[in-house]
Amino acid sequence: MNAILSKWRAGKGTFLLLSGVVACIAAAFATGGADEPGFAGLVGAVFAGLAGGIVGTAASSRRHWPVPAFSLLFDFLLALVLLWLVRSALPGSVGPLPGLPFWFFTVAAWLFAWSVVNRMSVFAAQGWLKSALGLAIPALFGLTVLFLWEAVTRGFGIPFVLLPPPSAIGARFAASIPLLWADFNQTVLKAVLFGFVVGSGAGFLVALLADRYAFLANGLLPIGNLVSALPIIGIAPVMVIWFGFDWQSKAAVVIVMTFFPMLVNALAGLSASGAMERDLMRTYASNHWQALFKLRLPAALPFVFNALKINSTLALIGAIVAEFFGTPIVGMGFRISTEVGRMNLDMVWAEIALAAIVGSLFYGAIALLERAATFWHPSYR
Amino acid sequence: MGVTGNPGPGVAPPMTSLRAKFLPVLTIVAAIVALWYVAAIGMNAPFQRDQNSRDGVSPDAWTFIGQTLTQPKPTMPAPHQVAENLWKNIFTVKVTSKRSLVYHSAVTLSSTLLGFLMGTALGVVIAIGIVHVPALAKSFLPWVVASQMVPMLAVAPMIIVILAAIGVTGLLPKALISTYLSFFPVTVGMVKGLRSPEVMHLDLMRTYNASKTKTFIKLRAPASLPFFFASIKVAVAASLVGAIVGELPTGAVAGIGSKLLAGSYYSQTIDVWAALIAGSICAVLLVLAVDVARVLAGKAMGARPA
Repeated sequence: MNAILSKWRAGKGTFLLLSGVVACIAAAFATGGADEPGFAGLVGAVFAGLAGGIVGTAASSRRHWPVPAFSLLFDFLLALVLLWLVRSALPGSVGPLPGLPFWFFTVAAWLFAWSVVNRMSVFAAQGWLKSALGLAIPALFGLTVLFLWEAVTRGFGIPFVLLPPPSAIGARFAASIPLLWADFNQTVLKAVLFGFVVGSGAGFLVALLADRYAFLANGLLPIGNLVSALPIIGIAPVMVIWFGFDWQSKAAVVIVMTFFPMLVNALAGLSASGAMERDLMRTYASNHWQALFKLRLPAALPFVFNALKINSTLALIGAIVAEFFGTPIVGMGFRISTEVGRMNLDMVWAEIALAAIVGSLFYGAIALLERAATFWHPSYR
Repeated sequence: MGVTGNPGPGVAPPMTSLRAKFLPVLTIVAAIVALWYVAAIGMNAPFQRDQNSRDGVSPDAWTFIGQTLTQPKPTMPAPHQVAENLWKNIFTVKVTSKRSLVYHSAVTLSSTLLGFLMGTALGVVIAIGIVHVPALAKSFLPWVVASQMVPMLAVAPMIIVILAAIGVTGLLPKALISTYLSFFPVTVGMVKGLRSPEVMHLDLMRTYNASKTKTFIKLRAPASLPFFFASIKVAVAASLVGAIVGELPTGAVAGIGSKLLAGSYYSQTIDVWAALIAGSICAVLLVLAVDVARVLAGKAMGARPA
C-alpha cells in the first residue's frame, strides 16, 4: 500500500484527484437539472480518465511498463477529447453565457490535462518514446492554453476588440490567405531575406578582415559589443528618409541590425580553435589562408550559426518595426499598425501568427543547416 | 601565464597595454567620424546643387562643402550638427521643457526601468518554478524557448491599443512591452544558473538535511548570480528597445520613440539623429549600471576578481 502511495505521489496524483473532485461537483450540478447538452458524456469522460489514471499509477509500481504506458496514452487522448468537449459545449456568438457547471467542467478538464502533463513528465522513457514525449508534453500544454483561451474569451463574453478567441483568429487567417501572402512577400521575401543575407555576409567578411589584421579586430570588437546593447531599431526612420517607403529601407535596417551580431560572433569563432591545432597547422607550414580554410573557419561555424539564429529573429523584428515608419500599403508591419488602428484585432493576431510561423520556420531552417554543416561538433554526436 | 605582460605585484602596468587597448578603438572611431563627414557631403550634395542652380549661384568647392554641412534639414546631418543639437537640447534647455532630450530620455527610461524590474521579477519567478517543478520544465520551457524565435516586438502596438481600450494608459503599457521583451532572457539564463550547482554540492546540501528552501537560498541562488547578471544585461537593453518601440504606434507625446517618430514625420533629420544618440547614451548608462551592480554584488559576496 505504501509503495503505491509513494508512486501515486511521484505521479502527481493530486491533480488527478482534484480533477475528479471538481468533476463530481459538476456532476452534482448536472443531475440537479442542468440542461446543457453533452454533460453526461463529459462527466463520464472525466471519470474514465480518473479510473485510467489510477490503474496507470498503481501498475507502475509493479514495473509492468506497457500498462502505465497505455494508460498514459489513453489519458493523453482523453485529455484532448475533454478539451474538445469543453470547446463544443461553448455557446455561439449570440447564445447566453454558460453557467457554473460549465466552468466546473472546464476546470476539471484543465486539471485533468495538467495531471496528464505531470504524469508524462515523470514517465521514464527511452529512445523514440522519449523524443515523442518531448513533443507531446509541450503540445498538450499548448493545446490546453489554446482551449482555455477559447473557453475564457467565449465563455465570459470578452469583447472581440480586446482578445479574440483562437478559432476566430484561425478563421480570419484562413479567410485572408491572399492578403497574408502579399504581406509575406513584401516583408519577408523582399526586405528580410535580402537584408539578412547582405547584413550577415558583410559582418562575416569584415570579421575575416579583422581576423587578418589584429589592429582592426582590437578596434572593432569593443565597438561591436557596445553596438549590440544599443537600440539600433531607432535608425528605421532615418532609413525610410534615405531609401523611401518601399522594401529597400526595411532591408537597410535589417542589414545594420544583422551586421554586428555576425561580426562579434564570427570574430569570437575565428579565435575558437585550440592552440595545439594551430601549432599543428604551423608545423605543416600552412599559410594564413590554408589555416583559415582548413582549421579556423570550420571551428568558427558553430559561432557563425549562432549569429545566424540571432539574426533570423532580429531581421524579422527590424523589417516589421521599420514598416511602422511608413510603407506602401502592403507588408506585415503596415498591416499590424493599420488594423490595430481599425480595431480589427483578429487580423492583427492572424498577422502575428504568420510572423510566429515564419520566425519558427526561419529558425528551424537555420538549425537544420547547422546540423548538416557542423555534424562533427560534440553537441550533435 | 606567459613571461611577458604579467607585471609582478606592485608594479604599475606598462603604458603600452593601455595604448594597445585604446589606439585601435580610437582609430576606428576617427575613421567612422571621417566617413560620416564624407557621407554627409556626398548625400547632401544633390540637394545643395539643386538649390544653388535655382538661386543661380556657383560657389567654389570649399564653400559648397561648407554649405552641405550646414543645411537645416540635411539628408545626412554632419556630426557637428548632431553634437550641437544634442548640446543645445541637453544642457541649455530647461530639463522640464518639451524640447529637452533629458526630459524625453527620462520618460523612456522610467518605463524601461519599470518594465525591466517587472520582467526580471517575472523571469526569476518562472525560472524558480521551472527548476522546482519538472512538469513545468518539460511543458512550459519549450514554449519559452520557442517564443524567442518569434518577432515579439510585432505585438507592441496591439498591447498598447488593447490596454488603452480598457483605460490603461501612460507608463504601464510601455512598461509591459519592456516586461515582455526582458523576461525571456532572464528566464532562460536563470534556469541555467539555478541548475548550475554541481551534483557534489547538491549532495552536500542533502547530507546537511537542508530543505529545498535552504538549498535554494544557500546554494542555488548564489550559484546563479553570474548567470543572473549576464541575462539582465541583455534584458535591460531589450527593455529599452521595448520602451522606444512602445512609444511609436500610438503617437505618444513624450519619449525617445515619439521624438524619432515626430522627427521622421517632419523630416527633422538632425532631431532624429540626436534622439538616436540620446537613446544610445541611455543604453550605455543602463549597461554600465548593470556592470557596476555586478561588481558590487561580487565584492559583497567575496567573489575572486576574474
